[in-house]
Amino acid sequence: MKTSVSQPRTSIASATPLIEARGLRLVHNGREILAIDRFALRRGEVTALIGPNGAGKTSLLLTLAALQTPTAGELLWNGRGYAESRLIELRRRMAVVFQEPLLLDTTVERNLAFPLRMRGLSRGDARRRVRHWLERFGIAHLANRGIRHLSGGEAQRTSLARAFALEPDALFLDEPFSALDFHTRKGLLQDLGPTLREMQAAVLFVTHDYSELPLLASTAAVLDAGRITACGPLEDVLACLPS
Amino acid sequence: MSVLLEGLREAGRLLITLDPEVLDITWRTLQISGTATFISVLIGVPVGTVVALARFTGRGLTVSFINFGMGLPPVVVGLMTWLLLTRYGPLGMFGLLYTPPAMIIAQAIIASPIVAGFSMAAIQAVNPKLRLQILSLGASRLQFLLLLLWEARLGILAAVMAGFGGVVSEVGASMMVGGNVRGLTRVLTTATVLEVSKGKFELATALSAILLMLSFAVTAILSALQQRRSRA
Repeated sequence: MKTSVSQPRTSIASATPLIEARGLRLVHNGREILAIDRFALRRGEVTALIGPNGAGKTSLLLTLAALQTPTAGELLWNGRGYAESRLIELRRRMAVVFQEPLLLDTTVERNLAFPLRMRGLSRGDARRRVRHWLERFGIAHLANRGIRHLSGGEAQRTSLARAFALEPDALFLDEPFSALDFHTRKGLLQDLGPTLREMQAAVLFVTHDYSELPLLASTAAVLDAGRITACGPLEDVLACLPS
Repeated sequence: MSVLLEGLREAGRLLITLDPEVLDITWRTLQISGTATFISVLIGVPVGTVVALARFTGRGLTVSFINFGMGLPPVVVGLMTWLLLTRYGPLGMFGLLYTPPAMIIAQAIIASPIVAGFSMAAIQAVNPKLRLQILSLGASRLQFLLLLLWEARLGILAAVMAGFGGVVSEVGASMMVGGNVRGLTRVLTTATVLEVSKGKFELATALSAILLMLSFAVTAILSALQQRRSRA
């Protein structure tokens, strides 16, 4: 899947990247997982990260989300490095949704409220914000339900609502729909598109399903064997891919 | 069979008549084993958590020691504690031998590896991706640990039950460092052994039945707590 490499587009959203990786290297057990010269995420831009299994997509996402320390290279947030002392502060400006809904073993409402409280919101403000996002994702009626009694779709909606309730500056979505059936996935995609556009966050969206891309992403990057092989406007990148 | 029935009848009689000596022994058993379990939780849960989460040189050996410690023979622990606390031992100056604190120390030594081992297993059983998710939510180190313990709470409660069960039923260590002194260090297990040695099998059976009831009551309370939370 080698195609011509272009620099990330800067025209859609703000010119200054919110998150930028330079000379990023990640080595695990002597194997090079990532080797990326430059990669950037900008506010208001939804970047799809595509590539074959084992290409390093999740590793890149975890690294950019300050959940994994790179072996070498520079990670910048608004031009300032990811210092160890700032990691918690940085993570509190991000949100991550994984492939499986990783919820705390409590009620839906508390799953949304806990991280807000961790970030210093008052109980009342947290409750108001939780209510808003539960309604937005159509799960307000599940607020008091324990997560063990949710269906897969309901759990993933909760996971997404939790991420959006944080109103993050950067949002990372790691194949959030891959474990869902067609109808649930369709419903979530319809809800998610407008919400993402409103949010104006820098979004990285890892997916295997190219049909999801036009609904959500404005730009795309192709990762292959730990290297970015194409990056730019979605249509251009898709045109470069082998059919 | 008649000894057993007679023992059960005697147990009922002792409880119904609120026999002061039996109540005293039962209350002391609960105090000593409860305190030892509490101390073992304070030691075992943090140790189990650290070993479950941290990667350090000698971790494998530490895990082996914890697992080995889960099966420590109480009589060996009793002997070691006795050697520590005896007048000429390193802690002899405190004069703790044949007192309830000596029994608490010995029982805490028995229960701590049990609680640590079960806690370690409970923490390791939490989905590793959930740990990443908790970090991604912006948890501080303390918040991360508290949320992780919350997720592992069913296993942690099992650890507490196993720890309590391990010490309330042991006799070797309690006998060795407590001395089975009437009104001071006599607990249900040591009292049972004494009555057997005197040939009073009915009373020994009655004390055993009371011990089982006490153990069941504590475990039932913890189980109810565990299962109530698992339904959340």
